[in-house]
Amino acid sequence: MLNRIISLIIKELLSVWRDKKSRMILIVPPILQLLVFSFAATLEVSNVSIGIINEDNGIISKRIEDRLIGTNIFSKIYHLQNKDAESFIDTEKGLVIIHFNQDFSRKVLNKETGNIQVIIDGRRSNSAQIVMGYISQIINQYNLDYMVQNNIQKSNSIVITRHWFNHNLEFRWFMVPALMAIISLMMGIVVTGLSIARERELGTFDQLMVSPIQPFEILIGKTVPGLIIGLAEATFLFLIIIFILQIPFRGSLLLLYISLFIFICSVLGFGLFISSISKTQQQAILGAFLFMPPAILLSGFATPIENMPSWLQPITLINPLRYFMAILRGLFFKDIPVEVVMTNLWPLIIISIITLTGASWFFKRRLE
Amino acid sequence: MNLFVILRRLRGLIYKETLQIFRDPSSLLIAFILPAIFLVLYGYGLSLDVKDIKLGIVMEDTAPTAQSLIRSFINSKYYDIHVDRSKKAFENQLISGKIKGILIIPQDFSKKLRNRGNIAPLQLITDGSDPNTAHLIQNYTQGVWQNWLVQESYIQSKNSAAGLINMESRVWFNSELKSSNTLIPGIIAIVMALVGTLLTALVIAREWERGTMESLMATPVSIVEIILGKIIPYFILGMTSMLITVLASILMFKIPFRGSIIWFLVLSSLFMFISLFLGLLISTVTKNQFVASMVSMVSAFLPTMILSGFLFEISSMPPVIRLISSIIPARYFISGIRTLFLAGDVPELFIFNSFIMFLLGLILFLITAKKTVKRLD
Amino acid sequence: MQKQLIKINNLSRQFSKTDKFALDCINAEIPSGKITGLVGPDGAGKTTLIRTVAGLLLPTSGIITVNGFDSIKEADEIQSIISYMPQKFGLYEDLTVIENLNLYADLKNVTGDERKSRFEILLKFTDLNRFTRRLAGALSGGMKQKLGLACCLIKKPQLLLLDEPSVGVDPISRRELWSMVKELVDDEMGVIWSTAYLDEAEKCDNVLLLNEGQLCFHGIPSELYERVKNRTFQIQNIEGSNRKALTTALNNNKVIDGIIQGNNVRIVTRKENIFPSNQELSSGINLKIIKVEPRFEDAFIDILGGGPGGKSLLSEKMQIIPEYNKDIIVTTGLTKTFGDFTAADNISFSVKQGEIFGLLGPNGAGKSTTFKMMCGLLKPTSGTARIVGYDLRTASGEARSKLGYMAQKFSLYDNLSILQNLNFFAGIYGLSGKQKREKIEQMVQIFDLKQYFNDSAGGLPLGFKQRLALACAVMHNPPVLFLDEPTSGVDPITRREFWVHINGLVQKGVTIVITTHFMDEAEYCDRIGLVYRSRLIAMGSPDELKSRIRSEIIPDPTLEDTFIELIRIKETQRQAT
Repeated sequence: MLNRIISLIIKELLSVWRDKKSRMILIVPPILQLLVFSFAATLEVSNVSIGIINEDNGIISKRIEDRLIGTNIFSKIYHLQNKDAESFIDTEKGLVIIHFNQDFSRKVLNKETGNIQVIIDGRRSNSAQIVMGYISQIINQYNLDYMVQNNIQKSNSIVITRHWFNHNLEFRWFMVPALMAIISLMMGIVVTGLSIARERELGTFDQLMVSPIQPFEILIGKTVPGLIIGLAEATFLFLIIIFILQIPFRGSLLLLYISLFIFICSVLGFGLFISSISKTQQQAILGAFLFMPPAILLSGFATPIENMPSWLQPITLINPLRYFMAILRGLFFKDIPVEVVMTNLWPLIIISIITLTGASWFFKRRLE
Repeated sequence: MNLFVILRRLRGLIYKETLQIFRDPSSLLIAFILPAIFLVLYGYGLSLDVKDIKLGIVMEDTAPTAQSLIRSFINSKYYDIHVDRSKKAFENQLISGKIKGILIIPQDFSKKLRNRGNIAPLQLITDGSDPNTAHLIQNYTQGVWQNWLVQESYIQSKNSAAGLINMESRVWFNSELKSSNTLIPGIIAIVMALVGTLLTALVIAREWERGTMESLMATPVSIVEIILGKIIPYFILGMTSMLITVLASILMFKIPFRGSIIWFLVLSSLFMFISLFLGLLISTVTKNQFVASMVSMVSAFLPTMILSGFLFEISSMPPVIRLISSIIPARYFISGIRTLFLAGDVPELFIFNSFIMFLLGLILFLITAKKTVKRLD
Repeated sequence: MQKQLIKINNLSRQFSKTDKFALDCINAEIPSGKITGLVGPDGAGKTTLIRTVAGLLLPTSGIITVNGFDSIKEADEIQSIISYMPQKFGLYEDLTVIENLNLYADLKNVTGDERKSRFEILLKFTDLNRFTRRLAGALSGGMKQKLGLACCLIKKPQLLLLDEPSVGVDPISRRELWSMVKELVDDEMGVIWSTAYLDEAEKCDNVLLLNEGQLCFHGIPSELYERVKNRTFQIQNIEGSNRKALTTALNNNKVIDGIIQGNNVRIVTRKENIFPSNQELSSGINLKIIKVEPRFEDAFIDILGGGPGGKSLLSEKMQIIPEYNKDIIVTTGLTKTFGDFTAADNISFSVKQGEIFGLLGPNGAGKSTTFKMMCGLLKPTSGTARIVGYDLRTASGEARSKLGYMAQKFSLYDNLSILQNLNFFAGIYGLSGKQKREKIEQMVQIFDLKQYFNDSAGGLPLGFKQRLALACAVMHNPPVLFLDEPTSGVDPITRREFWVHINGLVQKGVTIVITTHFMDEAEYCDRIGLVYRSRLIAMGSPDELKSRIRSEIIPDPTLEDTFIELIRIKETQRQAT
């Protein structure tokens, strides 16, 4: 029996490796995605175009302008007339306009409050808010410096912010480990999903069915290769992330691999299910693609689960990616201890058991 | 060649295609069910608007001043506040992800605040593993705290501020700052790209696989007629699908629509044609449903998701990727319909976007025309 | 006035720089007013040639003109005067019969009254009148074929190109199609009918014989027979096993080819009128050797250099199967229903050890269903199937280890090498360690697989694929071998080779169950079960079945005649009740 299973596993691995198409699918998309996502996918804001309407041209406004230029956020600064404001934002020439009134510097020098208006483009509200945050920091800093300089006995309190785990709020550190999870998910599903469908299409499935091999042996023989490939792929990505992209990993390697293993098991069940119901490889791929975007989206990958409406959040409870994402980010950033890993691990274990047994049962029924 | 003859052939092809669309469940699935699923999932699932952020406040100072500050936070719509005396419990919760930030009101806070000689600091610790939320927590905290200061007259907003600068902000086009307003138009683009490219690519590749393309080619019908015979029905299907999606988004997500229908039709038709040509090109080159679907995903779906400005700001991407983004049609389409929805008509912008899309479409069409010949090799 | 419709000049086609030539320097002229057969095994180049004539493929070198139009520059003109039916019939499965017809009528600009009358004629001709509203995908194979033909004939073409129109279709439908096409041919129309069935080639007016891209013969069939004039004989009154007689004959130097025909053996000799003596054949004293008419296949084999000898290395090396006293396969009341459709109804029969049993019948009759139930691929709705005493349902593991299976079109793992395929199949049949290694080594030797050892199985020539598939099927010494259309599409030599091995295996005690559409192959069976409309309607040896329908009208029926007749009788009975 073991002999049969091992033969099947070897055959599966060889099939995937020797088929140029699958080899491509295993190597190219992960690398592409890793590159694209680490560099393109960012919610950070930089290289922004800003418009300044300076009706004042006084010394204080100039100082503020200098400070704005001094940051690295604004790459292009346009000096505009009032009448140009609308079209500047409308035609998306810039994200933000800062407006200094005529009497701005005068007021400030007169020890009155100077008002700055900041206009942001609500069509790109997230980025605009982040830019607003940067500008307000600059203004606050100016205010603080002013008070210190002029010895103002003005009690002011400030908020000192420290970002734990990621001082510079590097978005890449957030995105990239997530990719390890996503790509392992994809590979696991694609490899297992295609395997049975491919045999049916080639006609070799009958040849298998006619041999003494038992249904459960076929299942093991089909899922183990997916596991091996998923683990290998994840390790490959992990090495790239650590050594080439130089993203720090602070947690326990052992916990990482245990969680990875269980995660892939949970994913394989889905892949197997898709494969059992598909008659052709093409159907299997469509099935996989129908499953993946929702799974990825509803996992906290780009936007936190907490932001989702309350009726949608419970659905994420059956999404294995959600749990693994939390474990992965926790291990990378926070070196989370075993207890914390476990809170996310036991749902994964349950999901694995359910999907694997469910898929096996379905597969057996399909054989009849 | 008689025009009537050509039109009759074309009509026959279009009729056949339409029948096939209705009788093949997978076409209807991709054209209507898939967009609906995407709209619901992405529309509700993707949200950059944080609400009910779990913030822990460490109240080392128990004076009424501190309490009043804490009340401000509790009343804020952004936060879900928990208060404790010790830092330790919150630190563990931050690590396990149960809370997203800790605000520490140190022991001597009220004293320092009263004593005008000192600066009374508050400490904010955020969970940097979620940078976007961390940014926003920083902003919101600043806002709540500042408002509290004004309220408690520690700062007068209009006078006695003595030479400080005050920042007022105005948001154009999306005053409620709902992220769904900005994302939904992008979702519409994704859906169209998917339907336009994936569907067309699959359907034509299927004809190649089944051998019907071969027998078509052996008839007097010309390659242009074959292309039109496919593009026209799928254009209609795609536009229908899109209109339904747009209506659904307006109804479900209450997005405003402030622009004109004409511009909407112009922009969306251009984008639709581009998507269809891409699908046509993919199916002609691959002639295989499996490969066609994979290539469609990679070339239509992914770039629209990542490189079009839908979710991720283009200006923040490295120069090479920005360059690639400039030839992604979705980028121009999304910029156009976002404006249509939220701002209204901005002809200058629309003309620019339409022109670029037209150019891209033309190039794509020429490549496709070259590749699609009435031959099997 | 008949004329040369197609002129082919030095035509060559290579698909990529490294591939071999799909067509190699073909020179031919094809007349109108005749049915020209394009004959050859799979991969010979038939489809490539047809597509090039239709202007759908460019030649690598050479010129083709159709009615004077050049296929490269004037492809459009050619396409307006031809009708082309590709291998999958070119039908839109999601459209009804009438919608398919309407589409092609639109495309060929047949309108109004002309369309009405053409449709009437075509629908009557193809007997599809009752099915106009049925989806093309829901038609049977034979009906699809007829619809495909009808779509081709909406506007009468000057050239009708049919790419293997009779493939996978039962003999009755094949005959009907042939007679339909025959009726259509007149001076203004030429037909190219491509086929892998050599007996169809005999009926054509004109034949192009292709093998591996080369034109082996071009002319009328009778010219081909000249080659093998006075060299074809039948050996009758054989005492003992006809298979032994065949083997002996094949081993004789004077014989270059031989097949079984019922109880007799048919041979082709090397030289005219020189054949082995009774003594040499040692098959009984009453042996009679008479001259018979040559057939197409004889000439083809002669062109290819003669068939293989009688020795089978495989059977020499294989272990003898232990004797089994009872019937080695027993099916009792096998029934399979899908919903309210009965695919197989109460089929019972048994097979003795060492028999070659054939399961035959038209497509959709239930023979594949029965076959699959017998080897464990389908679970019967009721009834049992036992292999060497093991019930396939309850003791499936043991039962399956006793059978070997060769699927149609040899389902091997295309990506894997020969060695990897052998390793895999050895593994799942329980061979391991030294035993596995030795067995694989043996297979490689027997089937001469060394030269392609590390190549991917998918790229092998058809003959080698067949050998590999057979090797994988017999590595575990099964007492029963199930063969599902094992030689469809292969050239005659490869087919002969295959049967040499099979005959050898049978002599070692292996039992064979086979399905085939190829009547010559059916002659090799000891007994045949004919399945029609889910029932077993006849069973017996080939000669027995033939004798049942022998009459004045048909004094010397072939197996094909036999089946058609038996089915016709059954159908009449059925209509009567």
